Amino acid sequence: MSSNTVISAQNLSLTFQTGDGPVHALKDVSLEVEKGDFVSFIGPSGCGKTTFLRCMADLEHPTGGTLTVNGTSAEEARKSRAYGYVFQAAGLYPWRTIGGNIRLPLEIMGYARDDQEARVKRVLDLVDLAGFERKYPWQLSGGMQQRASIARALAFDADILLMDEPFGALDEIVRDHLNEQLLQLWDRTNKTICFVTHSIPEAVYLSTKIVVMSPRPGRITDVIESTLPKHRPLDIRETPEFLEIAHRVREGLRAGHGDAV
Amino acid sequence: MRNLVPVLTILAALLALWYAAAVALNAQWAQDQATRAGTTLTLPALVADTWSQDKPKLPAPHQVALEIWNTTGAMVLEGRGFSKRSLFYHSWITFSATALGFVLGTALGIALAIGIVYNRTIDMSVMPWVIASQTIPILAIAPMIIVVLNAVGISGLLPKAMISMYLSFFPVVVGMVKGLRSPAPMQLDQMRTWSASAAQTFWRLRLPSSMPYLFTSLKVGMAASLVGAIVGELPTGAVAGLGARLLAGSYYGQTIQIWSALIMAATLAAVLVGLIGLVQRITLKRMGMA
Ligand SMILES: Nc1ncnc2c1ncn2[C@@H]1O[C@H](COP(=O)(O)OP(=O)(O)OP(=O)(O)O)[C@@H](O)[C@H]1O
Ligand SMILES: [Mg+2]
Repeated sequence: MSSNTVISAQNLSLTFQTGDGPVHALKDVSLEVEKGDFVSFIGPSGCGKTTFLRCMADLEHPTGGTLTVNGTSAEEARKSRAYGYVFQAAGLYPWRTIGGNIRLPLEIMGYARDDQEARVKRVLDLVDLAGFERKYPWQLSGGMQQRASIARALAFDADILLMDEPFGALDEIVRDHLNEQLLQLWDRTNKTICFVTHSIPEAVYLSTKIVVMSPRPGRITDVIESTLPKHRPLDIRETPEFLEIAHRVREGLRAGHGDAV
Repeated sequence: MRNLVPVLTILAALLALWYAAAVALNAQWAQDQATRAGTTLTLPALVADTWSQDKPKLPAPHQVALEIWNTTGAMVLEGRGFSKRSLFYHSWITFSATALGFVLGTALGIALAIGIVYNRTIDMSVMPWVIASQTIPILAIAPMIIVVLNAVGISGLLPKAMISMYLSFFPVVVGMVKGLRSPAPMQLDQMRTWSASAAQTFWRLRLPSSMPYLFTSLKVGMAASLVGAIVGELPTGAVAGLGARLLAGSYYGQTIQIWSALIMAATLAAVLVGLIGLVQRITLKRMGMA
């Protein structure tokens, strides 16, 4: 574990006790995430991607192994507000404006009033929603709401961004656009990002590191370090280098599926 | 305008039904009177009689309307709008008990709901009592509350308000427990990721989420409060209030007085529930939830 390690999981396991017996959501998962990494988690449904992310966020408690976030326990990291979490659904409060929603974590964390205003302005600019501060969530499209929820996770000073299929429900074009913006944002802010997705191109386009997982029990089958440059225009997705990485991810997914496919 | 036609049609049908029922119910007495006087009644005379008796079994709508006018509008014109014979005066007496009971019941209901949502022990121990309390007929318990409170020197408004409270806290508890528990697990997780305190989660998430539930409960609670206040006026031998008018009317067979008090009570309930509906609309609109 180097001094640059932000998230470190060693033999992490999580077993849910359910009515029909134990479910091994994670088994012996080990992973190091370095500062400034963009890590994508990809794998079939039920392989434990969400569970892994929730463990990092201290929303779920591992039943075995160790997990450190910023060198401390996940709980301490959560209490020191080390990360922003973007859920699959935007989850904006209908009774708050977009600005009010972004201000919510800032109020909770006790930022000063004028600082709150400045931050809301800044992150709204960042996600291309300037001018929508006083609108209510229902006045925005699904994609805009999702951007607002990303802005909300960016508004406070957390070096880690955990994102669980944030663009899952959006169409290709909007998704491409948001992917591009997310990369720029990551480049500018130097955050460490953990990103769950079902899309191979998305994972390859965004990541410095792609974690391929497989289910029953949930485990990591491959970790692919991307050789793509940090600067990535959208058409990098047609280069041989990109396709080669995508191919390796697909192979990993297929292997994880076992003989079933 | 398009809504007006069906509404008026139904109203007309109800009035027709009412007049017909008045004929059917009051005819016997009119016939008896005629037989005793040794005359027979033609049909028009019979109908006219059934709609204008002094103490009919069922007074006709215009009789009730006239009685209400005589005890409200007409008295206002005479400058005695608040005399002890005015229905406004009696409505005010009943309303004040209703309002106090409603406020107390709402406060108790919200407090209990918060306890139930935040504390498992309270949930397990209090909820059964809350439900049991509503299975006891209010008519059985109302006189006891009045008598007990009278014994310790409390009389007048408060005992009636207690009965109102007893009836109105229940819908508020049930609605608010559901409302405070309405945030999705994801929203609660989100609060956790921000390391929000319990108080912050309450004020910023649970309470706003519960607003639609609260208003629905308040409407039911307000109607229950009014019933409670009227019931509270029955056993005391109270001389004022809509309940007292009902009771006095039934002592002396003054059916017209009973019906006018009933209609006044219904109007009061409609106005109060309508007011809550108005506050609800404004609040939810301002919260962007309607
Ligand atoms: N709270 C829970 N109780 C019981 N089992 C759970 C719980 N949460 C998740 N699981 C189980 O753990 C396994 C992993 O679930 P998880 O949500 O992490 O999958 P995922 O990889 O995120 O899937 P998807 O791509 O569909 O979102 C699944 O088999 C799921 O049924
Ligand atoms: Mg998931």
